[in-house]
Amino acid sequence: MSKLTTRDLNFYYGDFHALKSISLEIPEKKVTAFIGPSGCGKSTLLRTFNQMFALYPDQRATGEVIMNGVNLLSGKQDVSLLRAKIGMVFQKPTPFPMSIYDNIAFGIKLYEQLPRSELDLRVESALTRAALWHEVKDKLNQSGYSLSGGQQQRLCIARGIAIEPEILLLDEPCSALDPISTTKIEELITELKKDYTVVIVTHNMQQAARCSDFTAYMYLGELIEFGKTQKIFVKPDRKETEDYITGRFG
Amino acid sequence: MGNWILGGLSMAAAIFTLAALCGVIIMLGIQAWPSITEFGFSFITNSVWDPPNNVFGAFVPIYGTLITSTIALIIAIPVSFGIALFLTELAPAWLRRPLGTAIELLAAIPSIVYGMWGLLFFSPIFAKYVQTPLMNWTADIPFLNHLFAGAPIGIGLFTAGIILAIMIIPYIASVMRDVFEVVPPLLKESAYGLGCTTWEVIWSVVLPYTKAGAIGGIMLGLGRALGETMAVTFVIGNSNILDGYSLFSMGNSITSVLANEFPEASLTGFHQSALMELGLILFFITCVVLSLSKVMLLRIKKMGGP
Amino acid sequence: MTLYQRRKMANMIALTLSLMAMAFGLIWLLWILETTIVKGFSALSWSLLTESTPAAGSLGGGLLNALVGSLLLVFFATVLGTPIGLLAGIYLVEYGRFTWLAKVVAFVNDVLLAGPSIVMGLFVYAVIVVPTGGYSGWAGVVALLLIQIPIVIRTTENMLLLVPQTLREAAFALGAPKWKMILAITLKAARAGIMTGILLGIARITGETAPLLFTALNNLFFSVDMSGPMANLPKMIYDFAMSPYPRWQEIAWAGVLLITMGVLFLNILARFFSRKKF
Repeated sequence: MSKLTTRDLNFYYGDFHALKSISLEIPEKKVTAFIGPSGCGKSTLLRTFNQMFALYPDQRATGEVIMNGVNLLSGKQDVSLLRAKIGMVFQKPTPFPMSIYDNIAFGIKLYEQLPRSELDLRVESALTRAALWHEVKDKLNQSGYSLSGGQQQRLCIARGIAIEPEILLLDEPCSALDPISTTKIEELITELKKDYTVVIVTHNMQQAARCSDFTAYMYLGELIEFGKTQKIFVKPDRKETEDYITGRFG
Repeated sequence: MGNWILGGLSMAAAIFTLAALCGVIIMLGIQAWPSITEFGFSFITNSVWDPPNNVFGAFVPIYGTLITSTIALIIAIPVSFGIALFLTELAPAWLRRPLGTAIELLAAIPSIVYGMWGLLFFSPIFAKYVQTPLMNWTADIPFLNHLFAGAPIGIGLFTAGIILAIMIIPYIASVMRDVFEVVPPLLKESAYGLGCTTWEVIWSVVLPYTKAGAIGGIMLGLGRALGETMAVTFVIGNSNILDGYSLFSMGNSITSVLANEFPEASLTGFHQSALMELGLILFFITCVVLSLSKVMLLRIKKMGGP
Repeated sequence: MTLYQRRKMANMIALTLSLMAMAFGLIWLLWILETTIVKGFSALSWSLLTESTPAAGSLGGGLLNALVGSLLLVFFATVLGTPIGLLAGIYLVEYGRFTWLAKVVAFVNDVLLAGPSIVMGLFVYAVIVVPTGGYSGWAGVVALLLIQIPIVIRTTENMLLLVPQTLREAAFALGAPKWKMILAITLKAARAGIMTGILLGIARITGETAPLLFTALNNLFFSVDMSGPMANLPKMIYDFAMSPYPRWQEIAWAGVLLITMGVLFLNILARFFSRKKF
């Protein structure tokens, strides 16, 4: 079943046409990976899902992005509420300048007024699901910056899932991390798909092969091929995809 | 050889700077010594400043300096924050530069101009449209009715504080804008990604992230306000007698007393020496403010800020 | 009201207040400039530039003595202060970096930068005016110098710190001695920024009044003798603004216009330099 659908989606940075007529369906409670060379538009595509581009006046999108039967690009959606349903984690860890506890509680408090005890439970649950609870439970009042890079990134994932989104967007979440932290995040992604629809942008093909169910290969703003990860990596339909996967690209 | 010359000269210049500061402190100390030994600690607490009778207590000017700077900060901090917010988040890109420059030019206007304009143009309008309504409005509110009492004549401590606020807004606002601008876009995007409004992003993420820089800007502004002379001298009223604690009353600041009395101070008696002590006190207050800001920055760094 | 509506409302209010803060800031600038231009232009005339202070109560006369005095004071303070500031800045970054002396001087410089300018006037009064037996242009120059030097030190230091370390290493790799490397490479790389600092320093001391009150004093007559009291624009404006004579008040406004325009011009020039790269 499809959670998020794009139809004829085009995207522009000023005059630059960055996404060309993208149509795809992202299945619910699965991990979908976007792969492709740098500048192919995979991050851009991700940023249209939660309207992050709307922060910048010279960026615009046309076409449709449909979630739960509603076109998000119609302009009728409230952007803040939409973003609450679509969590996002970025290339680099971005803990907020506050304590570990508040990093998680901050997002929850935007949407719910909870008594302290219930808030504590929610924070613990988010940190547990992000596989971070045991490492930080004794130092919840320390600054988020006191954690290692990998821990910070898991803190950001915990922050994202604490507000119970429906979709989690991960924009190259491991690009700034060491191999051990990367493994932890990848294990986490596999866990997360039980509850969430996960979309991950990665430049690392092994990562896409390891932890995604579906893969989209993009090139120069176009969606070249989209299908089950196994199929894309073993027997792609398109020659371009095969060239990229097997490293004969370019 | 060349290295020796440039190295030696540059070191000499550095030592010159050090010597200048030591010189300032020592000279002021020597000059102020007669007054320090004569009046002791009561110099600070005594509010009688009476040159003809050779009695000097500096409570009124010290109070004036502190209260006008406080008023200035109370007004300037939120306004500067608002301006920095506007310049970094709200203004369209093409307007940011010209508007930012306009605010910075406020700092370029010589203080004597602020003084003249403040006395001749600002204070009459201020008396009529701000002081009088404020007085009527607070007349029945306890505490406030004492704070805003007396004759609304347009000059006095309150006016001086407001002019100081206008003068330090550009310093605080431009530092805040500069530090807001270097906040990583990803950090702001992750806050927006949670569904924060612009205000929530600024207040809960950008401001805590930049607090060290923002505090630095505020301290810079406070330093300016404490030492500002000409603008204050024009509008503070230059009265050494303080009646009550109304903000509308005329008063004096350390700098305005110096500007008004020093050229005419008699060399016999303690007048000149007392004025030198005032200068020393002002210098001391500035140093304390500066040191406090450095200590705060260190503590923020230690606590593991960004 | 739901939590969500409250948040939206808070956002609207905050952003509106931010807009108002911006307007609040601009209103003062416009009001002050308007006053300065309107009052100043009506007082402008050729005699301002060709004649000195008129006798009390008489008509005519001008600001020649004050203009020349101000130019002399600022000129000497800049010529004497800039090299000292530059050299000290070079010491902080190139020679003394990480030494205790550099750390102390950097802190001292912060104190001097924040230090009230009128206190510099008191200091110069004590060390120059009293020993030499009277107010003089030179005393004024020293007071201004003490205000300008820290500004030049600070910008020189900041700009030299911005020069990438690799540039220095590249020069050393070519076998250049340190002093040559500093003069030919790092100073050159930082010159636009340093120029900005010098111009801002000049702008600052041009408008300074307080340190001149007890040093250069004032002089109602034309004089280029730096060892005697020296007329200068800021002090002239201060004295005349409070005077009972309409002509003196008019001259004060003309002086305000000249000094404001001069300082704003220097600031805009400095901005122009700061935008130029290398």
